[in-house]
Amino acid sequence: MKKRSFFSAIVALSAMGVLLAGCGSNSASSSKKSSSSSNVKITAVGSTALQPLVEQAASNYQKDNSKVNISVQGGGSGTGLSQVQQGAVTIGNSDIFAEQQTGIKAKELVDHKVAVVGMTPVVNKGVGVKNLTMSQLKNIFTGKVTNWKQVGGKNLKINVVNRVSGSGTRATFEGAVLEGAKAIKTQEQDSNGTVQKIVSSTPGTISYLAFSYVNSKIEAPSINGVKPDDQNVENNKWKIWSYEHMYTKGQPNAATKKFLNYMDSGKVQNSLVQKLGYISIHDMKVQKNASGAVTTK
Amino acid sequence: MEGIKPEANDKLKMDGIKKELRNPSKATHQDYFGKTISYICIAFVGLLVLSILYFITTRGLATFTQDHVSLWAFLSGSNWNPGMLDSHGNPEIGALPMIVTSFSVTVLAALVATPFAIGVALFMTEISPRRGTKFLQPVIELLVGIPSVVYGFIGLSVIVPLIRHAFGGTGFGILAGTIVLFVMVLPTITSLSIDSIRSVPMYYRSASLALGATRWQTIHKVVLRAATPGILTAIIFGMARAFGEALAVQMVIGNATLMPHGLLTPSSTLTSQLTTGIGNTTMGTLPNNALWSLALILLLMSLVFNIIVRIIGKRGSLK
Repeated sequence: MKKRSFFSAIVALSAMGVLLAGCGSNSASSSKKSSSSSNVKITAVGSTALQPLVEQAASNYQKDNSKVNISVQGGGSGTGLSQVQQGAVTIGNSDIFAEQQTGIKAKELVDHKVAVVGMTPVVNKGVGVKNLTMSQLKNIFTGKVTNWKQVGGKNLKINVVNRVSGSGTRATFEGAVLEGAKAIKTQEQDSNGTVQKIVSSTPGTISYLAFSYVNSKIEAPSINGVKPDDQNVENNKWKIWSYEHMYTKGQPNAATKKFLNYMDSGKVQNSLVQKLGYISIHDMKVQKNASGAVTTK
Repeated sequence: MEGIKPEANDKLKMDGIKKELRNPSKATHQDYFGKTISYICIAFVGLLVLSILYFITTRGLATFTQDHVSLWAFLSGSNWNPGMLDSHGNPEIGALPMIVTSFSVTVLAALVATPFAIGVALFMTEISPRRGTKFLQPVIELLVGIPSVVYGFIGLSVIVPLIRHAFGGTGFGILAGTIVLFVMVLPTITSLSIDSIRSVPMYYRSASLALGATRWQTIHKVVLRAATPGILTAIIFGMARAFGEALAVQMVIGNATLMPHGLLTPSSTLTSQLTTGIGNTTMGTLPNNALWSLALILLLMSLVFNIIVRIIGKRGSLK
């Protein structure tokens, strides 16, 4: 009888060991196994800006492909890139090129561009500015201009709300507007929703948002007379935009490739992408590389 | 045959009894079984705690061992921008603004919450135990149960605009953080204070009243005096909660990595910097390690809070 309790202890211990080992290796091995087993599991982790699109597309895709199990998670572009590089997830979603992120070996990753996002500066309605020049915008975000009066608006102090350093939105905005200059240290917020709320409620506030988050409560001024809309992004008249990337480590396996092809197909690009406020990758008349150089297609 | 049988039977019976007495019973086995399970659980929890400590410590120290940032620069510098190098070529990782802000909101929230908490506790224990327990107990439990993101959201949509209208500026800052944390630590401090006041022996009160003291004199001179160690513990626990709160504070503090110049300028706490930054950095790089170092500070602080609680518990107990 004593043996039995000993035995059960061993069983319990080994079960725990399996559990523990499972925690460590499950995520790493699932991506490799997925091609051979009949039930395929694809994990896509990263950018919160891209998350809604991938989530929607994945759930539509799974309706037709019941054997594929796609789980989509947020976590931020940095998380997505580092997780896919470690092989912990199948797809790493990112707002920025892998080359732009420190600590990522971009050569190991394969880029799949699935959409384009336009971004625009947004201001509180009471500032009295409908148009800004690019250099005015730069001066505001570097702290050289501190009152709306100086850029043709009301006599009101400028309150800059920045995005968290390292976020994809900020990297895109600073790349297009600041040209290497350092942004002033100021409030930082990490979500589009919060920025939208702060800009609409705080007098004199300026920040920047993806097009889909601009609503009637805030003002999106034009830059150098160019209005922030999809057409102007497509021909690069509007400079502040970025790709949404889905990175895989090396070439994707068959199942993942099929899903990525689906993301690129008309089913997603012509309906879902536009419905959720992104710009289709097929509509772009120009292309941008990792260092920001733009060429016509 | 007939003569031997009963003898053998007796022997068999005796053997059976002997066996039963010598061998462990079913209850003993249950005992072993229960013991094993609880030991396994303890080992598991211990392992978990150790690995968390190990992970945070190694990651947090990597900033100093791998990236060769001096500890002093980290603790006293006021420029935080781990991705950038300053004019001397050193990474800008001065955590002082975050440390100062974290301590400011914590101490201020505890200072504001304590009088209210003690007032409520006294009402519920000394002044009107029955009504107090009936109405205030559910209120306190409700306050505990509200998720911190809700507090943050209320702070963002009510408190921040209120501060902006009353004092100008943007409304984000230490004051907004203090107000939100005040509501969050109030139930912690209150319920622990109640426990400590309840544990003051009844005969202290009786003796005081018998000597002709009024109720207020009894509360003030006897009950509160005797409950002081417990109340201090309650305050420290409240501070520990405030120090570690991330989400609600992050929504109202403004997250500017600037040295706070007052209660109304946006600043950033250790926790808010962690939550906003961790998703945008890559494991193993300096910006990521620097965030782990902030986590290490948080860990050490919670250790300090625990030690203080221990010391108060030992020294301050009634003699």
